Amino acid sequence: MKQTEALIGTRKGLFTVIVDDDGPTIVGPEFIGSPVTNAICDSRDGALYASLDHGHFGVHLHRSDDRGANWIEIAAPEYPPKPEGVSHVNPMSQKEVAWTTQLGWVIEPGHADEPGVLWCGTIPGGLFRSEDRGDSWQLVESLWNKPARDKWFGGGFDDAGVHSICVDPRGRDGVIVGMSCGGAWRTDDGGQSWENAALGMRANFLPPEVAADPDVQDPHRLARSPSDPDVIWCQHHCGIFRTTSNGGEWVEITEAGPSTFGFAVAVHPHDSGTAWFVPAIKDEVRVPVDGKLVVTRTRDGGKSFDVLSDGLPQEHAYDLVLRHALDVDATGDRLMFGSTTGSLWYSDDGGDRWQTVSTHLPPIASVRFM
Amino acid sequence: MVQLTFANAIRRHVDCPDDVVDGNTLRCVLDAYFERYPLVRGYVLDDRNAVRRHVAVFLDNTLIIDRDSLADPVRTDSTVHVFQALSGGAA
Repeated sequence: MKQTEALIGTRKGLFTVIVDDDGPTIVGPEFIGSPVTNAICDSRDGALYASLDHGHFGVHLHRSDDRGANWIEIAAPEYPPKPEGVSHVNPMSQKEVAWTTQLGWVIEPGHADEPGVLWCGTIPGGLFRSEDRGDSWQLVESLWNKPARDKWFGGGFDDAGVHSICVDPRGRDGVIVGMSCGGAWRTDDGGQSWENAALGMRANFLPPEVAADPDVQDPHRLARSPSDPDVIWCQHHCGIFRTTSNGGEWVEITEAGPSTFGFAVAVHPHDSGTAWFVPAIKDEVRVPVDGKLVVTRTRDGGKSFDVLSDGLPQEHAYDLVLRHALDVDATGDRLMFGSTTGSLWYSDDGGDRWQTVSTHLPPIASVRFM
Repeated sequence: MVQLTFANAIRRHVDCPDDVVDGNTLRCVLDAYFERYPLVRGYVLDDRNAVRRHVAVFLDNTLIIDRDSLADPVRTDSTVHVFQALSGGAA
């Protein structure tokens, strides 16, 4: 009997993992040979969405209404022309930022009460909204035109990008987005206005006097608690942070097993104090500490962490887990994560024990339960 | 009529058959083709309607220089080839 399914976006195509009583099985791929930046399932209507980065030929989005049997290409986010006289310079490169979609980094369904609404986060930093299941997209200009935009710069890419979109389950008007490197931004009015929501984060890649500037933080990934939506976890470039005030203020968690550096975070669907991370050594050395791959888990809001290694390679492991490549399903027991080395692991007991799904997939960008 | 041909690297992603269209400039020719095959536009041009950075367009076997306004004049017997540039690839 099927227990769960997950979408795996990789450098060379989209795979599906089906977990049944016999364990996980890989199915696919779709889009063989093409980089799949991200793929999600919209639980409101069962539609699947995939964001492809064709490199030479740009970003293209696809939708499936039959669980992946057939896909159609839908619209891709497009930036409006840069108005005459407007200069938008990347402060790091000092080059003019081209208003063109470089990456469709993340797609997220809107609130349960607004069927058909989707959000898409892109590089170079624009957030887009669709009201027709991705058949058309509109740039959220209220965020894009913030004066703080002149301070945003890229993290891992040349230009800034929106990678996390956390819709507040309490109402359609509340959304927080995470941007590398542009901090976090919150709307309480459905996107008409946005306020910075990165106070308390700390950027040690900047001089100490400006390290607390909330406009230039590098939150690698935000994960909102579904059961206590004011709680949001953040795996930041410079450590782990948590807010209990819907982004009002963030508090750093300085001890979390072997390292607090990493990219991914997942939060338990029914317990806001439980979250998982996959640590690497540090910014300059993005591999597991001592070649031992572990998952760290807190069950007490970050006061203490379990270091979970059962079933994971404990010597010569150089797997890095990217920001969208760790997920927990609606039960809170089943987790899956994939690495840049093409390895994929699954747990059905909250991470206590892991089983290897594959060690030879293409580099994995995203893992998402359906 | 201007003959347009697309490289296999594009064909594998989107339906872009060889075809003939009318037009006085490269922009007009491409617009006419995209009117017939709307999905192809996003594979060749970016948000600014300029040729994508890693796409190469040949007009009468010569690589175009004007990649933004696409104002090159086109003859009735011209050929347009659209290829992928060899820059910008990923392993």
